[in-house]
Amino acid sequence: MNVLVILIPVSLILGGMGIVAFLWTVRHNQYEDIEGDAARILFDDEDEPNS
Amino acid sequence: MSVMSCPGCAGAPLAEEAARRSPTSSAGDTISLSLPGIHCAACVSGVERGLAKLPDVLDARVNLSLKRVTVLTRGDADEDHLIGALLALGFEALPLDSDTLRAGEGDPAGRALLLRLAVAGFAMMNVMILSVAVWAGAADATRQLFHWISAVIALPAVAYAARPFFVSALSVLRVGRVNMEVPISLAILLASGLSLYETMAGGENAYFDAALSLTFFLLIGRYLDHRTRAAARSAAQELAALEVPSATCIREGQPVRVKAAEIVVGDLVQVPAGGRVPVDGVIDTGRSQMDRSLLTGESLPVAAQVGAKVVSGEVNLSNPLIIRATAVGQDTTLRRMAEMVAVAESGRSHYTPLADRAAQLYAPLVHGVAALAFIGWFVATGDVRYSLNIAIATLIITCPCALGLAVPAVTTAASGSLFRKGLLIKSATALERLAEVDAVVFDKTGTLTDGTPILDDLQSLSVEDRAAALALSQSSDHPVSRLLASALEGMQTTPSALKEIHEIAGDGVEGLDGEVRVRLGKSRTATGGTVFQRGKGPEQTLRIDEALRPGAQELVSKLQSQGLDVELLSGDTEFAATKLGARLGLKDSRGAMLPADKIAHLAALQERGKRVLMVGDGLNDMGAMAQAFVSISPASGVDATRASSDIVLLGRSLAPVMDALKVSRSARARIRENFGIAICYNSVAVPLAVLGYASPLMAALAMSSSSILVILNALRVRA
Repeated sequence: MNVLVILIPVSLILGGMGIVAFLWTVRHNQYEDIEGDAARILFDDEDEPNS
Repeated sequence: MSVMSCPGCAGAPLAEEAARRSPTSSAGDTISLSLPGIHCAACVSGVERGLAKLPDVLDARVNLSLKRVTVLTRGDADEDHLIGALLALGFEALPLDSDTLRAGEGDPAGRALLLRLAVAGFAMMNVMILSVAVWAGAADATRQLFHWISAVIALPAVAYAARPFFVSALSVLRVGRVNMEVPISLAILLASGLSLYETMAGGENAYFDAALSLTFFLLIGRYLDHRTRAAARSAAQELAALEVPSATCIREGQPVRVKAAEIVVGDLVQVPAGGRVPVDGVIDTGRSQMDRSLLTGESLPVAAQVGAKVVSGEVNLSNPLIIRATAVGQDTTLRRMAEMVAVAESGRSHYTPLADRAAQLYAPLVHGVAALAFIGWFVATGDVRYSLNIAIATLIITCPCALGLAVPAVTTAASGSLFRKGLLIKSATALERLAEVDAVVFDKTGTLTDGTPILDDLQSLSVEDRAAALALSQSSDHPVSRLLASALEGMQTTPSALKEIHEIAGDGVEGLDGEVRVRLGKSRTATGGTVFQRGKGPEQTLRIDEALRPGAQELVSKLQSQGLDVELLSGDTEFAATKLGARLGLKDSRGAMLPADKIAHLAALQERGKRVLMVGDGLNDMGAMAQAFVSISPASGVDATRASSDIVLLGRSLAPVMDALKVSRSARARIRENFGIAICYNSVAVPLAVLGYASPLMAALAMSSSSILVILNALRVRA
């Protein structure tokens, strides 16, 4: 049962990282235009690096 | 500030930021336009590149989900210019008032709900992991440890995430009523409290996961609900906002600036060109064209000269006027209209949403059952702790998880499908109300018709007559003349050189073509209408027609075939109204309706038990739309009307109105089925809980499965 001492904090930390990542996406408007973002990857001209 | 994924867009946020920081910089306004027709990547890049080519556009960003484009301009571009450019590219674009546009975007309340949802979801999953271990057989010290960890995660999470329910429940309890939030809050609080007590007492059952999953599922419902609730604004307030705050009066020969409230009857009031008339009055000096759409809904200006009555709220279009006030303060037409609308609105707010009606039945029932279970078990066993356990398990298991999702899940699915068809649902209960509609009332100009009249049959005039008619029409600024002039210019007509052209007020324009008198104006015979006449020759009628909005004809016949009463109420003349009515095959069409007449007519319909859908676009329709059971306005309508209607039609076609009716009926059916599912589930779960067979595992399974079932059912909404 000693493994619990590691596993429980690990599960909490992983979950916590998930929630922090989610909060970050909400704060940075990642859900404003879901359909548009899906369409934008099809654009050719915006792909070039350093343009 | 958004994080852009591609370097190509990197300039956009910087430019936006610059615009925000310094309003005096070269960057001007952000203009938002609705693009009802866009649907794919090609449309997105077409719009963005097309707009970016315009010299005064700094940046354009399309939002495909919301079907709109936000344009950052250099300051000298206006909406019409951009709309024209987009039309040339083949995209239909419409301006939308910023409040309608802002609905659902950047709203702090929605974001806060999303955060609570995330916290509840995170806590639920972690607690669930621990709970599964307990269900799988963890015992003694391990179980104790898991319960304690669950408590540490769950209690703060519930305190934070479930706050919206507590606040709402408290506020209705204070006024002695119940809503759905009362049983929800009670179940969450009792589940947490009982679990904490059991944990401290080393008991076997803890419901932390149930408390959290309740919160999580109900927050989903709450969030969906919030997104559809860009509440329609008060029509009365919109009307009141049209009032002119101050005006220039001429007192003892001197112009004095006074507040509108200080104008007294008999004052001479200046009305600048382009200004709104502040009080009712009679024109004392000057002649002009007036926009009377407030009263009649007609977009064509009306000529007004000395002695003509003008009312507050009308717009003076061409020349400055001085009017003598005849009604001021509370007695002005605009103020009386706003009051009428306010009365109509207050009558309408009595609609109780389906969910609240369900809650009113549900809450007392559930609490009654739980109380009975407690009393029954206490009498039977005499064990307070055990009886309380059973009562609380009953409350948890009956908690309206599915019920809380039943309406918002359906409304969201239906609003989404209607949005793709070009309808923006603004009121949360609009769909429920729409489903009950059995009569439809249309406004004429701007709703059934396009608003701009067209002249046809000009071919029947001879070339010579056309040339003379153009010369006459060019010399007058009467609306029909301007219409005729532009139509003739479009036919490559060159005006003939006429002599002695003069306008006869209220009659028409005359001139000499060589030696012959030519006249353009009112018919002198009984037929009426506008005519062209050469010398003593016959009058040649110029047919002025209104173009029907696309989809109007099909909509009317479909509505009629479904057995709905369809009527036309117009502020235009009786003749124009009945003519259009006959063209559309309407039995009932009335003209010359003042705003008050429209309200009275709708009230009479409702008196007879009709549930009326009002479709209108003008200020004169606002009262009737507020009186109606539910209202729809086209996006081309006046801002105030659009802001106060329940549903906005984004495209030009009227056809989506039919879809709205179909979807709303389908949505109502789904809502009822969802309630049915919730009832079925409870009729199985409640007896088990009352008999003492409920376990935390059962509660978790039942709650998740019923919620998922309800959501899946909601997705079946179809037109």
